[in-house]
Amino acid sequence: MAQSDAVLDSIPALLARNAATFGDKAAYREKEYGIWQRWNWSDVAGEVEALALGLLNLGIHEGDFVAIIGRNRPYFYWTMVAVQSVGAIPVPLYQDANAEEMAYVLGHCGARFIVVEDQEQVDKVIEVQDQLHQFEHMIYVDPRGLRKYDHRRLHQFSHIQEQGRAAREEFLPELQARTERLNMDSTCVMLYTSGTTGKPKGVVLSNRNVIVTSKNSCEFDHLQPGEEVLAYLPMAWVGDFIFSIGQAYWTGFCVNCPESADTMMTDLREIGPTYYFAPPRFFEGQLTSVMIRMEDAGRFKKWLFRKYMDVARKVGPAILDGKEVSFGDRLSYMLGNLFVYGPLKNTLGLSRVRVGYTAGEAIGPELFEFYRSIGINLKQLYGQTEATVFITQQPDGEVRADTVGVPSPDVEIKIEDNGEIYYRSPGVFEEYYQNPESTADTKDAEGWVATGDAGFIEKSSGHLRIIDRAKDVGKMADGSMFAPKFVENKLKFYPDILESVVFGADREYCVAFINIDLTAVGNWAERNNVAYASYQELAGHPEVYNTIQAHIEEVNKSVAQDEMLSGCQVHRFLILHKELDADDGEMTRTRKVRRKIVGEKFNDLLDALYGGKSEIYTETEVTYEDGRKGSISATLEIRDVSVVPVNTKVAAE
Amino acid sequence: MNTMTENSTVGYVTDDGRQIGGTIMEMKNITLRFGGVVAIENISFDIHEGEIRAIIGPNGAGKSSMLNVISGFYHPQEGEVWFNGQKRPSMKPFEVAALGIARTFQNIALFKGMSTLDNIMTGRLTKMKAGMLSQAIWWGKAAREEEEHRQKVEEIIDFLEIQAIRKTPVGRLPYGLQKRVELGRALAAEPKLLLLDEPMAGMNVEEKEDMSRFILDVNDEFGTTIALIEHDMGVVMDISDRVVVMDYGKKIGDGTPAEVLANKEVIDAYLGVSHD
Repeated sequence: MAQSDAVLDSIPALLARNAATFGDKAAYREKEYGIWQRWNWSDVAGEVEALALGLLNLGIHEGDFVAIIGRNRPYFYWTMVAVQSVGAIPVPLYQDANAEEMAYVLGHCGARFIVVEDQEQVDKVIEVQDQLHQFEHMIYVDPRGLRKYDHRRLHQFSHIQEQGRAAREEFLPELQARTERLNMDSTCVMLYTSGTTGKPKGVVLSNRNVIVTSKNSCEFDHLQPGEEVLAYLPMAWVGDFIFSIGQAYWTGFCVNCPESADTMMTDLREIGPTYYFAPPRFFEGQLTSVMIRMEDAGRFKKWLFRKYMDVARKVGPAILDGKEVSFGDRLSYMLGNLFVYGPLKNTLGLSRVRVGYTAGEAIGPELFEFYRSIGINLKQLYGQTEATVFITQQPDGEVRADTVGVPSPDVEIKIEDNGEIYYRSPGVFEEYYQNPESTADTKDAEGWVATGDAGFIEKSSGHLRIIDRAKDVGKMADGSMFAPKFVENKLKFYPDILESVVFGADREYCVAFINIDLTAVGNWAERNNVAYASYQELAGHPEVYNTIQAHIEEVNKSVAQDEMLSGCQVHRFLILHKELDADDGEMTRTRKVRRKIVGEKFNDLLDALYGGKSEIYTETEVTYEDGRKGSISATLEIRDVSVVPVNTKVAAE
Repeated sequence: MNTMTENSTVGYVTDDGRQIGGTIMEMKNITLRFGGVVAIENISFDIHEGEIRAIIGPNGAGKSSMLNVISGFYHPQEGEVWFNGQKRPSMKPFEVAALGIARTFQNIALFKGMSTLDNIMTGRLTKMKAGMLSQAIWWGKAAREEEEHRQKVEEIIDFLEIQAIRKTPVGRLPYGLQKRVELGRALAAEPKLLLLDEPMAGMNVEEKEDMSRFILDVNDEFGTTIALIEHDMGVVMDISDRVVVMDYGKKIGDGTPAEVLANKEVIDAYLGVSHD
């Protein structure tokens, strides 16, 4: 990639370079009407220009904010770049946010233009438009059901493009002038953080943040123009912005958009991405479904699967890391690849993956090893919106389940006395929009940013290990360290457990709420003839309780091994009667548990856990997807769990 | 009350501002008997172009029989069926289909072993012109034709948001989705008049909402005239422009949902009458 960095100082500049250098190479694909439609880089340049001219025609100013609400589609990626090229700032939002959440963000950035996917999103914006003083025009991609709407402020995407094309002569000089004014310091994008606590904050990222980070990370993994990625993670998330725009425009690789959210697995198989990102939850779901199908397979197939998975576990990771492996083992691995791993990878759609990343949450060691053992180069990275994703990542050949890797290129890391991790890099965000206090709290004068996570750097390898959120690391009543995430992650590694929330700060002992995984436990119930009508009923089944109790006891043993954290063993637990849900505010939209809100909402259950009761009756309000509210009630069993005595843990074994 | 039926050829404007065209179908004094049982007794009503017309009534009121008369499956002993300004002679169901009338069934009637795609493709059957031989060797016109039909079918799949089950055998789908596939097959015929026999029967609230939206979207997007039978009063009143109410084979009400709801006979038929 020989190119002069001098002129490549914005995404529109990268687009122009791509259109000139490999104009007839695929840039985007989207499956529509059952066929993969394709746009080359030169097509994309045309589409983006038409839209940018159309936006000028609508009267867009430099510095305006343009909100983008929709699932991953080429049109929205073009919108981002078109908005940048007229000097405005794209703000992608989570499309599953409800109207109130949307109103806050749209009001906070004062979006004048909103580009949405379909009627559903149009309705949401119309519902809250009275609160939005700066809102002027809305543009939709899918006209279905919108014909009867008042079209004074509502426009169809393709019409805006047509108007832009028609007015090309008139507006082209203005567009060119505005695009030329962009430089490394101009704002590239504003992304709202999901906000584990409080209101979302708008993270302002400059072209420098995005372009330098993309360049560094592409070089780190030797990404090529020939890579294929599948864009399916929310567009509002910084990761998607970096993978599907930053890195894609830097190297010129192709971004593939699924036909719909439900067809993602089929589309994944058809595309066979070479570079792939998924959160641990996704890999977990895939593995669970593979295991469930293997349970139902014939005896010979089961035997074959087990035999070769043993081989894979033994030598797979070593082969992947290029280490020395005996000829016999290599041969059995090759056979395994022929009979099991190859077809399996193909079924999972991961045959061609050269670089795969997982991040966001800790990944279970067994899960991680499973994917690596069948030859998928799955690695971990640690990042934040404020860092333009990359803080640390694992280089090829140095991949382990319990670390998050070495600092990414150009990133400096320091650990404060309280264990909190700080970093400084070219990717460090400019500011939180209209929130100087939070900006100052997070980023100091020298550019160091507090991650809010506690961790340490392993001396032997130089890899970073994360313990927990720094503010969640607390003290128990007896002064010992309390790191709930540490325990929760161990619990979540069991396929039966979907979520767990551990409490214990300033208390005598720890207790836990458990969410069972309906797929895994439901399948178990089916095989063992356990009848159940609902999640609630299955969650309350005594056999399920026994299984979960056994898991927790295992975890307690493992927690007791760690001297610093042995106080965090779970003494009592209950299985919640409902799944934690973002619609009820119990989780963020990226599905991270909001510990404090869960604690407050289920206060009665916590009291019962600490009050020594053996069961508790409770009523909970739930919000349905359409915003209506209802309530569910249940009597929950509370169980005691055996723990390993802290001071005599060696003797107890 | 029946002001609208009197100027039936003119058309009208609905409350939400849609322009409804003139009469597309008119039932004149229909009487249908099975032996001694009178299923439909001297019923007349019309269906305007572009409207959503509902036929409601308690169990056994003769709704499905009425729909079967419209679709040409039953031939009434008395009365006339006028379609597109012409008196329709006794026809075979496939001849009626060729006129541009498509339907779905109360008990789903799909090919269970075939995929969603293939099922919807069967809806294009009346439009396929290539001969059997050229279809068998799949050459020239037959291949071109299949591509065109496939495109139409894919548009319907996209419209009904069933991309994820394109290749799934229909028998494996949940009930609500099968209903949607059946609607897709009816749409594939690009009908002028779409007959829906209890499209929401056996559905949960969410599935009903989805189906209602699709019915409204079909009407809005393709301008298809829709006649439907439905038990669920809430749904009917929400989505239809005009309603015919039947009870014991007779018409007891006809008009907009609001008019029908205010009709004493209708209230009596649905809520029962106290005899004191």
